Amino acid sequence: MEAILLQVLAGLATGSIYASLALALVMIYQATHLVNFAQGEMAMFATYIAWSLINAGMGYWPAFLLTVLIAFVLGVLIERVVIRPVENAPVLAVVVVFIALLVILNSVTGWIFTYTIKSFPSPFPAALGIRYMSPHQVGALLVTLAVLALLYVFFRFTPLGLAMRAAAQNPVSSRLVGIRVGWMLALGWGLAAAVGAIAGMMVAPIVYLDPNMMAGILLYAFAAALLGGIDSPGGAVLGGLVVGVLENLLGAFVIGNELKLVVALVLIVGVLLVRPSGFFGSVQVSRV
Amino acid sequence: MLHGIDFGLAEKSITALLGANGAGKTTTLRALCGMVRTEGEVRFAGQRIAGRRTEDIVRLGIAHVPDGRGTFLHLTTEENLRLGAYARKDRSAVARDVERMYAYFPRLKERRRQQAGTLSGGEQQMLAVSRALMLAPKLLLLDEPSFGLAPLVVRELFGILRTINAESAVSMLLVEQNAAMALELADQACVIETGRVVLSGSAAELKRNDAVRRAYLGY
Repeated sequence: MEAILLQVLAGLATGSIYASLALALVMIYQATHLVNFAQGEMAMFATYIAWSLINAGMGYWPAFLLTVLIAFVLGVLIERVVIRPVENAPVLAVVVVFIALLVILNSVTGWIFTYTIKSFPSPFPAALGIRYMSPHQVGALLVTLAVLALLYVFFRFTPLGLAMRAAAQNPVSSRLVGIRVGWMLALGWGLAAAVGAIAGMMVAPIVYLDPNMMAGILLYAFAAALLGGIDSPGGAVLGGLVVGVLENLLGAFVIGNELKLVVALVLIVGVLLVRPSGFFGSVQVSRV
Repeated sequence: MLHGIDFGLAEKSITALLGANGAGKTTTLRALCGMVRTEGEVRFAGQRIAGRRTEDIVRLGIAHVPDGRGTFLHLTTEENLRLGAYARKDRSAVARDVERMYAYFPRLKERRRQQAGTLSGGEQQMLAVSRALMLAPKLLLLDEPSFGLAPLVVRELFGILRTINAESAVSMLLVEQNAAMALELADQACVIETGRVVLSGSAAELKRNDAVRRAYLGY
């Protein structure tokens, strides 16, 4: 019983990280109706920025905040410079741009920082640990839950958050009420990049820092987003937690740690086959 | 496609734009607020607005109830109203205006927390008009507000439009298939055919015009 509890709690900690990356995916999906394959590499690149800042002698939390800010600006820039020109391009063209972004960010990071695995510090004091969870697990869970709560309040209760939701759903009507739709989409990319950066910094102490560190994490995030419904922010969060717990339980008691990643793949294929709209996604019906 | 369409709107009056399907009524409204590419000149309160971006034109005080209503279906009724006032900065006046819309359309108040997509056609049209009015516009463009509504609902809606025009001095440009209703509401009217203005004058004049009667009023 205790062993199960241990795995569930550990699953919630990593699950919350998947949840925030899944939420970043959903945010981009709502604006572009496409899955941003480069989301993980954007987070990885931001984590390297944090590592550089900390290594240059900056304290962890100032470096954390500065990294989130830089990631936000980079996200806005990527939308303005790379995504805007393909706004009305066919789906495949945009997917190719996403994949190009993934490869470019991955190789540039490898080129600048080398492919040697680096350790990344955890900022949480030992006192934060509880009987079944390490200090970093508790801390990562708290940080990601705080981020998710902030995002919820932002999108639900602020005029800017409302305008961003409107711009993603209905650009034509949004322009008719005076919303600058282009900037709202860019802001969405900025926010998604910032959320991804936090996920990267929270997961780096667990998986270690290297240019390929987000490949597995992004797969879990995909599974989480699909499970919850790719256009449902609440679903993405719940999906992340479920995937985290499921991964840990199956890894520990059923299939072993080596096959854990398969859980994500099976989930992705399974959801797409059985219920493509996930738990909370909207079912798309189109007239032909 | 419009060819040198030319007309003026008097301040604080209601002008009806009449014409058959495909005459260019909807395109005219879209051209006014920069949703289609235009050549030529559009002036609003002395300012040239042709070629400006839709969101900038809206900020000058031109609200548009578009063809198909343009409702934010996944947002609540009240969020739709708040979005209508997005370009405004006077928060307390916005809150007052939300209540004013609920007074005009009590049904919207009952449905304030409901997703707009679940509203009936008539309620959505009321919401679309209210959303546009939340801008506190100087000019309201209405694209077929009667479309798909029961005659009784149309009568109610047009009555409220008349009240709003009198109470808050909003000029209105009304595009309608339902010419009889439109001429009853409007002060002025223009008839357009294949992208040209072929007739204009006071609504009363046009109602008496034989050609208009036969083509658009059907008697």
